[in-house]
Amino acid sequence: MEHTEIVRLAALATGDEKHEASSYSTLDALAVLYGEVLRVDPADPHWDERDRFILSKGHGPAAFYAVLCLRGFFPEAWLPGFMTWGNPLGAHPDRTLVPGVEASTGSLGHGLALGVGTALALRARNLDGPRTVVLTGDAELNEGSNWEAILLAPQLGLGNLTLVVIDNHSSELDLRPLDGKLTAFGWDTRTVGGRDHGALRDTLVRRHPDRPTAVVADISKEPA
Amino acid sequence: MSTTMRRQAADTVCDLFMAGDGVAVVLSEISVEYFARAFAHDPRRAVNVGIMEPAMVGVAAGFAMEGFHPVAHTISPFLAERALEQVKLDLGNQELGATLIGTGGSFDYGVEGTTHHSPGDVQAMLTIPGMRVLVPGHAGEVDRLLRATVGDGQLTYVRLQAVTNAQPVAAVPGEVVTIRAGGQATVLAIGPMLDRAAAATADLDVTLLYTATAAPLDPAALRESAAAAADVIVVEPFHQGTLAAQVTAGLADRPARFHFVGVPRRLVREYGTPEQHDAALGLDAAGIGRRIRDLLG
Repeated sequence: MEHTEIVRLAALATGDEKHEASSYSTLDALAVLYGEVLRVDPADPHWDERDRFILSKGHGPAAFYAVLCLRGFFPEAWLPGFMTWGNPLGAHPDRTLVPGVEASTGSLGHGLALGVGTALALRARNLDGPRTVVLTGDAELNEGSNWEAILLAPQLGLGNLTLVVIDNHSSELDLRPLDGKLTAFGWDTRTVGGRDHGALRDTLVRRHPDRPTAVVADISKEPA
Repeated sequence: MSTTMRRQAADTVCDLFMAGDGVAVVLSEISVEYFARAFAHDPRRAVNVGIMEPAMVGVAAGFAMEGFHPVAHTISPFLAERALEQVKLDLGNQELGATLIGTGGSFDYGVEGTTHHSPGDVQAMLTIPGMRVLVPGHAGEVDRLLRATVGDGQLTYVRLQAVTNAQPVAAVPGEVVTIRAGGQATVLAIGPMLDRAAAATADLDVTLLYTATAAPLDPAALRESAAAAADVIVVEPFHQGTLAAQVTAGLADRPARFHFVGVPRRLVREYGTPEQHDAALGLDAAGIGRRIRDLLG
């Protein structure tokens, strides 16, 4: 997925200068996910065999909308109307309004339990191919509801669930060692540079047979 | 011997779970043994998440996102109040169908204290647009109402209490049943309050109505069934006035005086059996009778 094109589309939505758009902490992970990892079909957004992606934090969705647009889920003409009356693209994404959005999010700490549910449901439907990927921010992990799901998912043996933590060090509370915590809860965890597309791809494609995987995408405080 | 509404709910859900592959069961430690048939039949669709009610509702919503009709169940305050944001956002705002079964309404867990009391559960659930609220008054109604609604794509809260009426009355959701006609007032009994409301008004010339559907309360059914008299008394098993908006809207076409006889809106600190709570709060037959006579002068 072309980085400059994502930045251009995100900037269309926000009206930001392009160099601001390029600093979005989720941009690189989303580019890798939608460009190289997730199996999705914009022509059939509800395709049974698709991978399910949940933007748990819901905040700052411009980069998310940009990659969905670039994949063809909705027309570019929607982007300039971001956060305006009558436009489906709001400050937090709504699954009932935007094709390709799997879950309506915005209140922090909801996405991972939803993802545990969809991962269980995929298993119950005998759909072994698709996986569920949930993206949270590091500060979002202050919410206790995440830790319910972090405790639960490994015990259910959900090898079809991946948690991506965009760690841009925005949490007031010290979460270190975040990868150690996730590992202790039973997640198969890797920490990678959050701007390193090769490393992101290699870790995001990994699946463990009976444990959920976690990828901590470390983002420097300095813009890319 | 008749079964409890809680046991019946589990039995009926297990029947529906086993009859097809579209129902999922998500529990939070409570009543797990009652759902044993579901866990044995297909453990991929029956999950006990442990003591984490918000996650229970989120996981149920995840099942619903994949086309299942999830049934989630635990004790009322932990479902309707602790997990309310998950019910609102994960299910309600996402327009997903599910059946949420709360057991232990009002003072069923009366000796446990304020943490386990739940006279406010229905009011909390009614903050969610489109929420259907069923308040069965007998195990037979639990069975009928669950069979009529599980899998229909709607979001439903089913409120269970230990106390029940002697006989099932409601056959389908939304029904307003006329138990007896009279001229002095209309008394609408909700769910498990029917038998005591009937006893309380046995020697009064009132129309006695019954419904096990708290929301939506069909305004036409209410209009057709209510007496012409001005006084309308709602006998509620939860906080009094919980159904004020529904009932007043249903009878907006006439001059009326509305009264709500339910759980008084104060913090109840006493430890005691449901019967002790009902007696102290004027919710047994004698208390309801006193309150209705006072209202009617």
